[in-house]
Amino acid sequence: MALLEIRDLKKYFPAAAGVLGRAKEHVKAIDGVSLDVEDGETVGLVGESGCGKTTLGRCIVRLIEPSSGTVTFEGRDLSSLSEPAMRDMRRKMQIIFQDPYASLNPRMRVGEIIGEGLRIHGLAKGRDLKERVLELLARVGLRGEYFGRYPHEFSGGQRQRIGIARALAVNAKFIVADEAVSALDVSIQAQILNMLLDLQQELGLTYLFISHDLRVVEHVSDRVAVMYLGKIIEVAPAGKLYSVSQHPYTQALLSAVPVPDPSRKGTRTVLQGDVPSPINPPPGCSFHPRCPFALERCAEEEPRLEFDGQHGVACHVFGPGGKK
Amino acid sequence: MENSATLEAEVISERRAVRSRRLRRALRPWLTPKVIGGGIIVLLLVIVGLSAPWIAPYDPNVQNLSHALRPPDWLFGANVLGTDALGRDILSRLFYGARISLVIAVMVVIISGVVGIALGAISGYFAGTTDFLIQKLVEVVWAFPPLLLAIAIMAFLGQGLENLILALVSQRWIAYCRVSRGQALSLRSREFVDAARSLGARHTRIIVRHIVPNLLPSALVIGTFSMASAIISEAALSFLGLGVPPEIPTWGSMLADGRTYISTSWWLALFPGLCIFFTVLGINLLGDGLRDILDPRLKRSGSGIG
Repeated sequence: MALLEIRDLKKYFPAAAGVLGRAKEHVKAIDGVSLDVEDGETVGLVGESGCGKTTLGRCIVRLIEPSSGTVTFEGRDLSSLSEPAMRDMRRKMQIIFQDPYASLNPRMRVGEIIGEGLRIHGLAKGRDLKERVLELLARVGLRGEYFGRYPHEFSGGQRQRIGIARALAVNAKFIVADEAVSALDVSIQAQILNMLLDLQQELGLTYLFISHDLRVVEHVSDRVAVMYLGKIIEVAPAGKLYSVSQHPYTQALLSAVPVPDPSRKGTRTVLQGDVPSPINPPPGCSFHPRCPFALERCAEEEPRLEFDGQHGVACHVFGPGGKK
Repeated sequence: MENSATLEAEVISERRAVRSRRLRRALRPWLTPKVIGGGIIVLLLVIVGLSAPWIAPYDPNVQNLSHALRPPDWLFGANVLGTDALGRDILSRLFYGARISLVIAVMVVIISGVVGIALGAISGYFAGTTDFLIQKLVEVVWAFPPLLLAIAIMAFLGQGLENLILALVSQRWIAYCRVSRGQALSLRSREFVDAARSLGARHTRIIVRHIVPNLLPSALVIGTFSMASAIISEAALSFLGLGVPPEIPTWGSMLADGRTYISTSWWLALFPGLCIFFTVLGINLLGDGLRDILDPRLKRSGSGIG
């Protein structure tokens, strides 16, 4: 059984309010996502902005209540948990945020920020707490003397390390890294990524790594899921996705990654049109209006994510059941 | 041995120098002319108010009708600022009046601050129905003209220091509540609040540890301004005879008493008037200076980043 099992998860946000305050239209931020994350692996989640990656991450750690579907962690359905049980469960699943400036309270000292989880769950007090926080600071490569400083005294990379230490403080097993390195410059990105990988090795962590940056995801992930308009359209082991991706959208996405090779001539697939509105996604396969290979069937019937071994594709044309 | 001792002494004095340099650097942004000017006036008011029993030349309530309405006698007279219609020493009454103004201003600011920030933080953090209900309450109270509401409360409850404070608080918490609510609304969706939630923090903890500390700088600025307006309102209510009981001297009631004699004995009304004027000026200057420093929109670039 997988550590985390997401089944048919949906999150609709009310968009336009009709008469009597009832929502008339909904933004379908996540529209039926199923995904398994095994203990100790890193699953990358990619897609362009607005596809629902962040909403999915937040639904998993229950910062947002999903509209329907289930998230099962260690075999327990999170939506069925009572409030105290959920609070206890939160220890095991943490989130690292994108913006290292907004994610730390400017009026709290570093020691208080990192120690807050320990205090909330009564894991340590007084001298123990301080010792534990100093240990965490060392673990994320920060000096112990930063204990009493305020967040504004640090750079973006250092702040992100503080955010990671905060997530580790409560002995989290599973961490959602929501664009955790996107706001950092490239050299710092590499440092933080390597640190995350080292921590995974040492502590046996499991990551859901959300990013729009395909190179970063390729570097850290065991498996990668591609999202388009609130749905997962392709899942594959990282190496396989980057070499033999099937879905036309994945191929277009991959071809947009710059390759540092001047002799390589561009075989870039440029997609036509914009991402459709998630309020009224197209019927059938939501990608069909932009797909160069679309058949009649694509506009009528929604393709399901079908697996060929570990490789899942949701496409009538290129999927395992499709005719190529 | 001796060498190491002197070395140690040097190190210590060096450390001291570093510390005082740091202190000076930390204080520098606060030392603007407005803050210094306002601060001196407010400090003077505090000192006078606290030491009134010792520095006042007379008991403020002792009447001596044979000395009634003596004009100010600047240098050698028994009553430096003259006496009122009942022969009471004006200077002594001003000193004691400073106490009342001070107590009222401080109490009103603290109570309305606590009430306003708490309701504002709750309103903004929970949003939705809670927010709607609290904001309706705010609008209802806001709909009364401020002084009228205070007069109504005083007329209903009668004179007295506690009632006066209650009457002044009745509308002053609104300012804190509105500003706090707006800020809390934006703070609730900040990522550090999400982080606290994902750590399993309860609402109370989030409000107390994450929301309220971020509301305090603006509340401090509102506080200084509302302190000045509380002093004026207290004077106005006392002037109308709705303030504290008559045996407690306040600037407002002195002003009211002096009104009858304004054409013949100007000193009765002038001095309490000046006291109110300078106190409000000082507090407003201080508040203005604090706002310049604390309001991020007015902050000079460069500070805060380092």
